[in-house]
Amino acid sequence: MHPYLSAALGGILIGLASWLLLAGLGRIAGISGITCSALRESGWHAYWRWAFLLGLILGGALFAQWLPVPAQPARAPLLIVAAGLLVGFGSVRGSGCTSGHGVCGLGRRSLRSLVAVLTFMASAFVTVFLTGGLQ
Amino acid sequence: MKPENFVIPTLPQRAPATRLIGGLLLALAAGLLFALGLVLSGMAQPAKVIGFLNLAGLAQGEFPGAWDPSLAFVMGGAVMVTLLAFRLTPARAGQQRRPWFSSRFEWPQQERIDAALLQGAVIFGVGWGLAGYCPGPALATLLVGGRDVWLFVPAMLAGMWLARHTTR
Repeated sequence: MHPYLSAALGGILIGLASWLLLAGLGRIAGISGITCSALRESGWHAYWRWAFLLGLILGGALFAQWLPVPAQPARAPLLIVAAGLLVGFGSVRGSGCTSGHGVCGLGRRSLRSLVAVLTFMASAFVTVFLTGGLQ
Repeated sequence: MKPENFVIPTLPQRAPATRLIGGLLLALAAGLLFALGLVLSGMAQPAKVIGFLNLAGLAQGEFPGAWDPSLAFVMGGAVMVTLLAFRLTPARAGQQRRPWFSSRFEWPQQERIDAALLQGAVIFGVGWGLAGYCPGPALATLLVGGRDVWLFVPAMLAGMWLARHTTR
């Protein structure tokens, strides 16, 4: 399959997964929000989030058995830890990430999410430009 | 997302067992489908994400260095679906206007574009550009992504914790 086609199909599936969560539970499929709240909430509000995260984690492992995912060579540990801290901090401070603001926020035509998406895209473009894309 | 951005839910304390189990299975299915989308689309590969973010590659020749537009197709495909979803689903959810396994639709009420949003987005973008991981792909490759993910995910959780405990 052409990489652009599998990218578009994968995107459609991500959209459908978000639709499923919306239609079934009336919720936004924002991964950072779901992760953060799963650790904080209790009862039902934690359960459905853990179920979603379980599907995400097990699904990733399962589908990687059939669909080729090239191994990611390990990079400098300090770089990865710094990136993780920034992604976690930024997604909570900015109330969302690529899925919450990107996939869902744009879908519900939220100006706030559009501004967030344009801001983090610009910030990521500049970062890769300055670092030359650390691979 | 911040809790004050949501309408406080009213129901699930006494949800019937069928609704509880149905809701959990649905959330699990949504997670599986989301993971399939991430893996199929290539978003689970940091190199592809960085290839897209590498705008300078537009001016260069062959990969590595060349720009990889795949991520635009992922976003395009996903947003095409959610544009429909958020238009159709709340309007056609039956007379009670509610989801299948929940009492109401809940999404962020906050529409203000404030400093926290912009700061958060800038910081998030730097981290995303550094490693090529955002939260979804990092979690979806937790069991198969190797050492990088094992470092990234705990650091991400620590970052989330920090944001909660320093900004309020």
